[in-house]
Amino acid sequence: MHVTVFTVILFLGSLCAGFLGALTGLGGGVVIVPLLTLAFGIDIRYAIGASLVSVIATSSGAAAAYVREGYSNIRIGMFLEIATTFGALAGAYLATQLPTKIIAIIFGMALLVSAYFSSREPAEASPSEKPDSLAHWLKLEGSYPVGDSERLYRARRVPLGFGVMFGAGTLSGLLGIGSGAMKVLAMDQAMGLPFKVSTTTSNFMIGVTAAASAGIYLSRGFLDPGLAMPVMLGVLGGSMLGAKVLVRAPSHSLRIVFAMVIVALGIEMIFNAMKGRL
Amino acid sequence: MITDRQVETSIALLLRAGVLLAAVVVLFGGILYLAHEGNVHADYRLFHGEPENLRAPSLVLRGAFTGTPKAIIELGLLLLILTPIARVAFSVIAFAAERDYMYVIMTLVVLAVLLYSLLGG
Repeated sequence: MHVTVFTVILFLGSLCAGFLGALTGLGGGVVIVPLLTLAFGIDIRYAIGASLVSVIATSSGAAAAYVREGYSNIRIGMFLEIATTFGALAGAYLATQLPTKIIAIIFGMALLVSAYFSSREPAEASPSEKPDSLAHWLKLEGSYPVGDSERLYRARRVPLGFGVMFGAGTLSGLLGIGSGAMKVLAMDQAMGLPFKVSTTTSNFMIGVTAAASAGIYLSRGFLDPGLAMPVMLGVLGGSMLGAKVLVRAPSHSLRIVFAMVIVALGIEMIFNAMKGRL
Repeated sequence: MITDRQVETSIALLLRAGVLLAAVVVLFGGILYLAHEGNVHADYRLFHGEPENLRAPSLVLRGAFTGTPKAIIELGLLLLILTPIARVAFSVIAFAAERDYMYVIMTLVVLAVLLYSLLGG
């Protein structure tokens, strides 16, 4: 296939991936790597490189919209970025060392797990009432608007949240994804933060986390310009379109349909990896 | 007095500007790339890794200024990676202005990890 045709097809595929990623809140990375590897037979290392670049673009591009809502917590984000950036370095090093087959199997399993979480109704964790001295010392607290008043919140189980964030960073660096779902899990389930605060702070962290592994990808030759160009522009355009279309959270049935697609991709990734095709 | 909200708003604008600039450079390089190599056969089945001149930031910069299409795209990608890094650097200043030295140190740690990675890890 000629480069021009290939570029146009990749751009259109990435546009769809970015659009779906924005609609479902899963991000483009989750769909783009299976698309590149399964449909185009591209080596998974090039695929995760191109995907990671598009993750940085969508996260940074969406930041303005999230800040306007006033939910994201800059201190909680920065504190947890210590965990995610170290995790991302570890993940990127793993990506340069592990056989592609193993990376593909882990990717498939990550797809299956994220399908499970995306099909579930988001459960609001009960905000913690008991004082947490470590969280207080680290200033991991804040308030968010509810109607006319401000509701106060404070993190709890900080070491657990920090640990889960390290894991989220590692997955991000290893698989070239934003791992937003796992970041949200660390904040709302482990640390008991309000769901809105968790999702917006997570978006805010994704770009920084991804930048920590992007440097390693660059110096190891994972970032191919011919591939990253249509993927980055496509996913960015698609996610901007998706954000415009999305006025409310996707319906339960749409989430179920999307979860089934993700499950199918996950099984396909694992199956192909086992057969030695990835 | 600067509020956290104002700081976040300027940070968000910085991020958006960085992404737009990166996208324009990538698009420009991409058009040149297709004009030069559009008829070449595309093959990404085997991983060869990028050549040395597309790996080190200094060499990418040099290549881009001599008009090499792939290096221009790579420069756009580099600008994109620099965008969140600039965000973190900006946060160091914002926390210092608030005299929150604990967060200045934490943010410097994050910045150090990012620069370590960017400079070749």
